[in-house]
Amino acid sequence: MRWSLMALVTLLALGVHAAPVDPERMRALSEELRCLVCQNQSIAESQAPLAQDLREELERLIREGKTDAEIRNWMVARYGDFVLYRPPLRPRTWALWFGPPVLVLLGLLLIWALIRRQGRSQSPLPDIDERQLQAALKNTSQHPGPPE
Amino acid sequence: MRYLWGVPIVAVVAMIWVLAQGLKLDPSEIESPLVGQPAPELRSTRLGDAQAATLNDLRGEVTLFNVWASWCVACRQEHPLLNALARQGVVRIVGLNYKDAPDEAQAWLQRLGNPYAWSVVDPTGRIGIDYGVYGVPETFVMDRQGIIRAKRIGPITADYLEQQLLPLVRELQAEPS
Repeated sequence: MRWSLMALVTLLALGVHAAPVDPERMRALSEELRCLVCQNQSIAESQAPLAQDLREELERLIREGKTDAEIRNWMVARYGDFVLYRPPLRPRTWALWFGPPVLVLLGLLLIWALIRRQGRSQSPLPDIDERQLQAALKNTSQHPGPPE
Repeated sequence: MRYLWGVPIVAVVAMIWVLAQGLKLDPSEIESPLVGQPAPELRSTRLGDAQAATLNDLRGEVTLFNVWASWCVACRQEHPLLNALARQGVVRIVGLNYKDAPDEAQAWLQRLGNPYAWSVVDPTGRIGIDYGVYGVPETFVMDRQGIIRAKRIGPITADYLEQQLLPLVRELQAEPS
């Protein structure tokens, strides 16, 4: 009786330990987290020992029922914002988030200003007497080439 | 308006300058979020005996908490400096023996000298994770209250020791306890 009870408890404990971790969620989370040893791989891709450890920690945290935000905070508390591939929006990262759109906007403004200036400097053709023009054209067709 | 054409040139030069500044940065030096925070709790034993090791042991004295391992090549590089610090009694050094085999760790200390008051063992690297360790060696400077005041990633160099570490240690030791 005691043995079967112990076996049951063991099985239950094993069952709890092996509770399935949603692989989709695990993948999504680990792809967003940077492996700090290799820096240009996520902890999903990296074979570095630390990345393996962090995948285990990630599984444990998911099993413990932590939300995605809680897991991200857990990582940031240890490794800093750098661990996130998507940096958070805060005064320090404003340049990062708003810099590129601002630069594109400035570039567009510059292009617009340049085009407008060019348009203005191309003044309309000076007034030419229509008859004079026709005469000049006629001369050209009669005497092609420069005069001898 | 006449000088509008100069704007793209100035912009490109400014861009090159900004990017060139980036080249001077070391991408492996990542600011630790732990600086200014109380050191994370740790529960383990000391290398070489079964005595319990907790965070509380680290408090009360300015301490260098140095992450090391016998398999870590760069640790050899900084080891003579740690030995010298310990010999001169400048500051207490406590080790975190990270993902190491105890016998190999002890043999390593016997061969190269032991600057550590004691070493906390972390065979699985769990303590390391709580301390955000990702490249051994790393060194945390802790004040008497057990607050992390600085973190060095990679081996301690003579320059770093002279210019940053020792001044900070002296400053912390001068703080009223």
